[in-house]
Amino acid sequence: MLDYAWLMLLFPAVGTLLIALFGTRMGKRFISWFAPAMVLLSFGVAVGVFVTLLGLPADERSHQTVLWSWMTVGKFHVDIALLVDQLSITMALVVTGIGFLIHVYSANYMHDDQRFPRFFAYMNFFILMMLTLVLANNYLLLYVGWEGVGLASYLLIGFWFEKPAAVNAGKKAFLVNRVGDFGMALAVMFIWTSLGTLNYGEVFAQANTQWAVGSSIATTVTLLLLLAATGKSAQIPLFVWLPDAMEGPTPVSALIHAATMVTAGVYMIARSSVLFGLAPTSAAWAAGIGAATALLAATIALSQTDLKRILAYSTISQLGYMFLAVGVGAYASGIFHLVTHAFFKALLFLGAGSVMHALAGELDIRKMGNLRAKMRTTHWTFLVGALALAGFPLFAGFFSKDDILWYTWQKSPFLWAVGFGTALLTAVYSFRAFFLPFWGHERDKKLFNHAHESPRVMTVPLIILAIGSVVVGYAGIPHLSAIEGWLEPVFAAAKNTAVSVDDPAEWVLMALSGLLAMGGVYLAYRFYIVDTGVPQRVRTSLGWFAQLVDNKYYVDEAYNRVIVQPLRGLAEWFAGTMDRQGIDGAVNGLAGIAGWTGTQARKLQTGLIGLYALSILFGAVALLAWFLVR
Amino acid sequence: MVPTSYYLILSAILFAIGTLGVLLRRNVLIIFMSVEMMLNAVNLTFVALARQFVQLNGQIFVLMVMVVAAAEVAVGLAIVMAVIRHKDTTNIEDVNLLKG
Repeated sequence: MLDYAWLMLLFPAVGTLLIALFGTRMGKRFISWFAPAMVLLSFGVAVGVFVTLLGLPADERSHQTVLWSWMTVGKFHVDIALLVDQLSITMALVVTGIGFLIHVYSANYMHDDQRFPRFFAYMNFFILMMLTLVLANNYLLLYVGWEGVGLASYLLIGFWFEKPAAVNAGKKAFLVNRVGDFGMALAVMFIWTSLGTLNYGEVFAQANTQWAVGSSIATTVTLLLLLAATGKSAQIPLFVWLPDAMEGPTPVSALIHAATMVTAGVYMIARSSVLFGLAPTSAAWAAGIGAATALLAATIALSQTDLKRILAYSTISQLGYMFLAVGVGAYASGIFHLVTHAFFKALLFLGAGSVMHALAGELDIRKMGNLRAKMRTTHWTFLVGALALAGFPLFAGFFSKDDILWYTWQKSPFLWAVGFGTALLTAVYSFRAFFLPFWGHERDKKLFNHAHESPRVMTVPLIILAIGSVVVGYAGIPHLSAIEGWLEPVFAAAKNTAVSVDDPAEWVLMALSGLLAMGGVYLAYRFYIVDTGVPQRVRTSLGWFAQLVDNKYYVDEAYNRVIVQPLRGLAEWFAGTMDRQGIDGAVNGLAGIAGWTGTQARKLQTGLIGLYALSILFGAVALLAWFLVR
Repeated sequence: MVPTSYYLILSAILFAIGTLGVLLRRNVLIIFMSVEMMLNAVNLTFVALARQFVQLNGQIFVLMVMVVAAAEVAVGLAIVMAVIRHKDTTNIEDVNLLKG
């Protein structure tokens, strides 16, 4: 079975190709089941591989399949090869499983769209590229998948290209990601020049022996990888693309910008655990950036009024937790949070899509209210998602977030405090996003009257994801933790993998987190249901700080002033002066010289035969003279 | 005996006159006649030197030059006549179609 892991890639590839070539002829009905079916088949293969791996002893759960040799140039050799191990199959299951549910959901959500076939071609393409990313066994193939998902993201964000906002958002996403990709490319090159190979197994084995802990090569490579990860996973400083990416269709936001693509950065760092273990500075940076981003994004989420933007900043914040985890060496915890987050964030986004569908595209939570009266299933599933996000005890988010906070406490109480504080904010903003639309009084009568529950094709995935958001958490109960044991062999070689210790403090912290989450929910209830004047009073009392947060700390404006405008000015200078005058001038100048030479040469052609005869004479005399002198 | 140098000088003068005629005269037919004069000057040189060295080669060569001159005149005059008839002039400065 393990040798057939490539089938996971085959099905989405076939799907992409056939839909891209024949989509308009296939018709919407056919594509509505064909595209999800391809992903379901992939999921089936992933499950099969997973079961096979379970049957193997714990230290043998790693299998490489070389599909073909890609290139050999001198000493540089790279294969198209897949690595199936605990980490990659976990990711593959998440990608294909949640991907399948979202494909089913979108079949209905995108039903009225003119470019329906194109959407599914892009979605299947994304699944293909994401699977390439997680199943690759070498850094170059990872990079192919990395770029591929970036492309899919650009295409899908700008799917409605009639909207200038969407087009600009797609461009922004791609360009910001490119900065990260630059880091990735450099890191891959450094790895090759230093170690002579790009295959994971070989790289990690050699790095552990050849690179000293804290050496500059290890730190450089890992800092560059971290840069790449901040781009793909929307952390400081490259997070600005993710909120804008909400211009894309909601299923795209759910799949790419919540559950899967943005987790590629975390996956990549987890995969490179050995390298990060050799560079404590970079790991510290990862943890620091994660914590800071988590806090920053949580504060911004509190002030946003667009439902999808709240969820976007929430995603950035939760990704910060994952970075914090991998930064302190708790790789398995980071991946665990990745899995639980995929479930509840996808659920929340699809729920938001359901709300949009009911309210004819309205996203402003200030115009919603009392939707639980009209949309029961969406209401309950959204509640489950919000509880999971807030880290409410017994839901998935609680276990995974608590895991991370426990390991962070062991490494740095300061970072723990940041994470802990952010957890409170998380609970508050998630329930703000829940209470305002679903409870209370309807704020816009017309919209409310139009609201209706979504069809089953959309609500069934919501229900499945809601069940997942509860159940998946139980894979990670401390000391009964199946997921840590499952993933442990992958990270065993890294030097900074956090070790689980038996400490009663763990239960204390867990209880504190639980209480905090419940407290946050209660606070949200007080502020948004009981005493709705409080948020405004808090805002006025915070004064300039409230304005700063409202404007997202002016990060976009700062980047615009410092980076975008100068670059644009440079581009305009190049286009205008350099291109028009410089290059065109040079080329036209050359033509001019040719013309001038011609004009001068023309003067020989006098048409006077006497002159021609004279030149013959001169020539003859010169020749004669030359012979005489010789 | 007349010294060979007299023949050679005469030949040179004839050649010079012919050259100047080619360069300076405007009537095509006169130019043609000047070309003939140059050829004949060369003929004279050949014959004079043949007599001096008592060689037959010079004489033979003169015969060949005369043949070539005759052929050249035949063809050349035909072309010149065509040009004159076309342009209705015998002034060589009017034949300037090659002027760029």
